Amino acid sequence: MLIRLLALIHKEFLALLKDPRSRMVLIVPPMIQLLVFGYAATFDLKDISYALYNEDRGAASRELVAAFDGAPAFHRVATLHAEGEVAPLVDKRAVLVVLRIGPRFSADLQSRGSASVQVIVDGRNSNTALIALNYVRAIVDGFNREWIAAHGLPAPPARLETRAWFNPNLESRWFFIPGIIGMLTLVTTMLVTALTVAREREQGTFDQLLVTPLRPGEILLGKALPGFIVGMVQGTAILLIATLWFKVPLLGSLPALYAGLALFLLSGVGAGLLISSLAVTQQQGLLGAFLFMVPAVILSGFATPIANMPTVVQTITLIDPLRYFLVILRKVFLEGAGFDVLMGQFWPMAVIGGVSLILASWLFRHRLY
Amino acid sequence: MSATQKPSLRGGGLMRLKGLVRKEFLQIVRDPSSIAIAFVMPIFLLVLFGYGVSLDADHVPVALVAEAPSPDTADFFASLESSHYFAPLHARTLAAAEQALREGRVNAIVHLRANFAEQLRRSDGAPIQVIVNGVDANTARLTQGYIEGAWGNWLARRTASQGQELATPVQLEQRVWFNSELRSRNYLVPGLVAIIMTLIGTLLTALVMAREWERGTLEALLVTPASMTEILLGKIIAYFVLGTGGMLLTVGLAVGLFEVPLRGAFWLLWACASLFLLAALGMGLAISAVARNQFVAGQVAIIGTFLPAFLLSGFIFDIDSMPTVVQGITHVIVARYFVSIVQTLFLAGDVWSVVLPNAFALLLMAAIFLGITWRKSRKRLE
Repeated sequence: MLIRLLALIHKEFLALLKDPRSRMVLIVPPMIQLLVFGYAATFDLKDISYALYNEDRGAASRELVAAFDGAPAFHRVATLHAEGEVAPLVDKRAVLVVLRIGPRFSADLQSRGSASVQVIVDGRNSNTALIALNYVRAIVDGFNREWIAAHGLPAPPARLETRAWFNPNLESRWFFIPGIIGMLTLVTTMLVTALTVAREREQGTFDQLLVTPLRPGEILLGKALPGFIVGMVQGTAILLIATLWFKVPLLGSLPALYAGLALFLLSGVGAGLLISSLAVTQQQGLLGAFLFMVPAVILSGFATPIANMPTVVQTITLIDPLRYFLVILRKVFLEGAGFDVLMGQFWPMAVIGGVSLILASWLFRHRLY
Repeated sequence: MSATQKPSLRGGGLMRLKGLVRKEFLQIVRDPSSIAIAFVMPIFLLVLFGYGVSLDADHVPVALVAEAPSPDTADFFASLESSHYFAPLHARTLAAAEQALREGRVNAIVHLRANFAEQLRRSDGAPIQVIVNGVDANTARLTQGYIEGAWGNWLARRTASQGQELATPVQLEQRVWFNSELRSRNYLVPGLVAIIMTLIGTLLTALVMAREWERGTLEALLVTPASMTEILLGKIIAYFVLGTGGMLLTVGLAVGLFEVPLRGAFWLLWACASLFLLAALGMGLAISAVARNQFVAGQVAIIGTFLPAFLLSGFIFDIDSMPTVVQGITHVIVARYFVSIVQTLFLAGDVWSVVLPNAFALLLMAAIFLGITWRKSRKRLE
């Protein structure tokens, strides 16, 4: 029986790797994608282009402008002299932020102790707009603190002292790179499994497989193991890139991370084979792969937190294996978690994997065309 | 087909094309997965994401710890409790709150020391300790911002009730253009339209050419008077019609169901979407023609479409903040140009300086992809 199974696995690997283009597709892109996406996926703004429209001649406004020009994230691309210049610049996305200082700014600040500045932000991407506004606010707050200290004004009775745990500099790259590892692993399992059964069905070789002495469970194992092995090898490679190249700290237990990876591969391979055994043509398999993969990524909490979703959608995310794997990745990488904290993430993936594999093997026999 | 035959067959050319389009439609109808790609997938994805995806956090769970509860601490906490941004949770000790943060039950801790009330009355003020879970840096920043907001309100209220004035030398007056309430759905839904259209366009055609090569039906077609250009044209027309249906559906849902304002002209959106669809279909055909094998074409489609469009198109991540090399790579992502166009047309209106260059880029991409398809298919013939 073992020999039969080994022969089958050998055949599956041949089917997967004998075509040089297929080999390329499997090995090279995930590495490149991790490198490219790792740099692309960040919510930290590095280059906020802004325009200055300063109608004030006073020293105070010069100080404020110096604070903006000195901030590394801000980059002044235009200096305006008329109101009418603002709209065209923002419309064509030449600037994200316009800082407008009115003619009485310095005078008001000296005489009344307070003055206002106007900030115009392009809200087409509201998240970027919010982050840019936060940056602006931080600069103005800094200016205010110095002004209060320099002019002997009364300090506020209480102040906030904020610290961030697990990611002290709030680097969003540390949050996204573990997420990308999860997404790429999912893509790989889909690549290996989603089209395999459909291809054999289309070519008629699946019927031949079914009349061999192999039992459906063995056929399933033969189809599942290559995805599992390829996923493990590739998962290891991208974990190495994440820690060695991107220097994301890996604080927690490596065995717990691998246990998570194994269970995630199990559920991903299960879902892929289920799709594949439901599909009659490869076109249907491809559609199924996308109908699973796209929601799985978007509802996993990769970019938008699950806590922000409506309750119904939050319930749907419970059947998304990526959701659990992302928690494991982030907790192990950044929070130093081990098995004890992660149990709640392990068993749902085992259930999803088990159920989908059983369904797939049942469909092997019962969906014949 | 020789040059001398061409003029006499011109009328026949149109008829042949009609026949080819009819053949494609018959194939589409017989395998319902194409129809599912064009109509079911957009509805399913847009409804799921339109409701599911949001970057606006509210009811953030926060642990409140006062080592020595007093009217002052209660007064400060009241400013957090009254805000819909927070779901406060009172903890007795800092250790209990830290445990809750570790277990993920709260996202932040606000901690007031035993001498808070006393220090409030000193000239250097009382420190308020805030700890946020920094793993999700974006949510951490938002939470921090909300706490700062509550703190600012409390300060203003407290100083006003004591008859003093709070010194805030420079006040910010913020104007957010195009999306004044900063509703993240208003920018995510148009972006999703672009992502979903990329998937529709590419998936519809990614296997089409490869399937015909694999089954040998392309050779069968080629012995008929139909030329390769006509065969390709037949496919493009059929899938273009199907894709246009899907596009109208997604735009209709975005405006009708999600109430995203469409400030630009509809015809312009239609024109740009058609160009984009042509580029996306072209990409699918090119994958198909290069791979010549459904399995590999399917694999390339899985790798090459969704994640790049999702991460590199400017849909969620700001392209200007990426390193130069990665910014260069984003230029080969078709969705990038369309995301820029839809965000502008939906929220800002007909800004020609944004639409024209991007539309031109789409046209160029469509030409390149269709050119690749044509060359690759012809080569095989010779």
